[in-house]
Amino acid sequence: MAHDPNNRVPGHDHWLVRPKTIRWLIGISIVVLVATVAAQFVVPVHAYFSIGEVFGFNAAYGFLTCVGMVVFAKLLGFVLKRPVDYYAKSPKFNADADDV
Amino acid sequence: MFEFVMPPAVIMIVGALLVALARPMLRPLIALLTPLVTLYAIWQIPDGIQLSAMFLGYEVQVVEGSALRRLFATVFAIMAFGGVLFAFRQSKWWELSAAMIYAAGAIGVSFAGDLIVMFLFWELMALFSTVVVWCGGTEGAKRAGIRYAIIHLLGGIILKIGIEGLIVHTGSPEIRALALNNFDTWMIFIGVLINAAAPPISAWLADAYPESSPMGGVFLSAFTTKTAILSLILLFPGQPLLIWIGLWMIFYGIIFALLENDMRRILSYSIVNQVGFMVVAIGIGTELALNGAAAHAFTHIIYKALLFMSAGAVLYQTGIRKCSELGGLFRTMPLTTICGIIGALSISAFPLTSGFISKSMISSAAGGEQLMLVWYLLVAASAGVFLHAGIKFPWFVFFQKDSGLRPPEAPWNMRAAMVLFAVGCIALGVFPGLLYGLLPFAVEYVPYTADHVVTQLQLLLFAGLAFFVLLPLMKRTDTVSLDFDWIYRVGLPGVLRAIEKLLVRGRRALIAAAVPAGKQLKTWFTETPYMLFSSRSPMGQTAIWMAVLLAFVIVLAII
Repeated sequence: MAHDPNNRVPGHDHWLVRPKTIRWLIGISIVVLVATVAAQFVVPVHAYFSIGEVFGFNAAYGFLTCVGMVVFAKLLGFVLKRPVDYYAKSPKFNADADDV
Repeated sequence: MFEFVMPPAVIMIVGALLVALARPMLRPLIALLTPLVTLYAIWQIPDGIQLSAMFLGYEVQVVEGSALRRLFATVFAIMAFGGVLFAFRQSKWWELSAAMIYAAGAIGVSFAGDLIVMFLFWELMALFSTVVVWCGGTEGAKRAGIRYAIIHLLGGIILKIGIEGLIVHTGSPEIRALALNNFDTWMIFIGVLINAAAPPISAWLADAYPESSPMGGVFLSAFTTKTAILSLILLFPGQPLLIWIGLWMIFYGIIFALLENDMRRILSYSIVNQVGFMVVAIGIGTELALNGAAAHAFTHIIYKALLFMSAGAVLYQTGIRKCSELGGLFRTMPLTTICGIIGALSISAFPLTSGFISKSMISSAAGGEQLMLVWYLLVAASAGVFLHAGIKFPWFVFFQKDSGLRPPEAPWNMRAAMVLFAVGCIALGVFPGLLYGLLPFAVEYVPYTADHVVTQLQLLLFAGLAFFVLLPLMKRTDTVSLDFDWIYRVGLPGVLRAIEKLLVRGRRALIAAAVPAGKQLKTWFTETPYMLFSSRSPMGQTAIWMAVLLAFVIVLAII
């Protein structure tokens, strides 16, 4: 359980979170994303269903279904989300209660 | 080595009892050796019925071997070893003992040759998993444990009704493929599905598991749902209803994990999600699909335990479970971060990890059977897994913002367990033959084809892109999400309370009406006695009655 929130050295943050590293990471990510789609020029895709063989189908499908799931979850959250102490505060059944 | 077949579950139970009774110095040794001895015993069991006994007038088959049963028992024993390694210096002895008996229950179910033995070990698991939940030690753990026990004992009763009905109607408690065509098999089906966290009562899992101790969660993640998967493979292979139940579980897990803030609750929802994949596979029911279900159960236990270990290590070191309060831990917990990421990549079925070689068998089985909708949904779900567990868990726990927390790495045994399972995830991913050789049916499936790797990478990496593009929408809120458990945690108590209120009001109204009325009645009785018991002329009446009596006597005398 030991942690000391005050032992940070300002200006000397981890190399991984420096703006320069992050710019590099974003750049590499874009290259990798493009490469996985471009790989389809070299590797012919055999899908079970014809639409799966459309160029970049998996990339588009992965992206769009995820957007769909996040948006759906967000909307559902408006209905389902409650404060953390919701269950602690909810009325308890107590047969002996006389405080009705 | 053994003259007679020693049920592996019994070895584990004996080990668990020895842990409880031994001197504190010997406990770690016994706890670590027991799963290994059990594993050895598991591999000594050949195919077919190996041990029978008489129980309640039935000949029961305590141990029946097959490739599938050995596969599940093996991963349960490996899991018990990894769990004990992770926990033995931090857990109290009763938590270790309970977790080992819980594991013994799972191994016992794996080898159960008939429904009676299966049921006995099933209940053993229910009891001792409840103890593991209680070992969380908080008020929340106590309450969650009681809810957990109620659900599982209720599920056990439903299962028992089915088993007894089946025995009465068919005369045989043997485990065999059943058709859903009568009340008995439906009861068994429902009883098993309750343990698989199938809808509508999936909520028990994410309700109870996150309340356990950092160590207990590792054990809980493995056994209950996966024994249910084994039972479904044995009892209901190819039952089409399972496809739709499984798909519901898959998307339920994703959506609720996306809404969640508690890191171990995110992982709990993703158990439901992953078990959903296995349930779908059992519903498809082909050899490839059943192989996929078994393989996925195996890999899932390893990587999910790894994820629970990394979350447990964070919880143990910081005492914090909410994503909204965590972040930036990669600075001081690099090993935990790397192990967590390996677990996250495995659950997402990244190439070179264990999930890739097992999950793809399931979607291929759907494709091979020309189940187009199922296939599209499974592929979307694979992307969704990366979204809700593969990135969300490591991102919010180890990266995102700098929470200012600088916890040191977890103790050495926790790190050793994480490294062991992380190596396991990679080894299975790189050498699929290790696992494929253990599967119930011969494997012709080849996971590593160029186009499979390319399409999978496209799917996952663009799902990752979606995560970061939508990051503003993913901001963690300190909330809980309503689920089916609302019905028995709020709804039902609310109804009872309403009834109680009504009764109390009725009682008060009755008292309010009855007391003055009684008072009036009493006053009336006391103040107006003459109207009932006498009259204004007492003497005259008496004289009349005397005269009447006299006349009667005279009449009698004359007659």
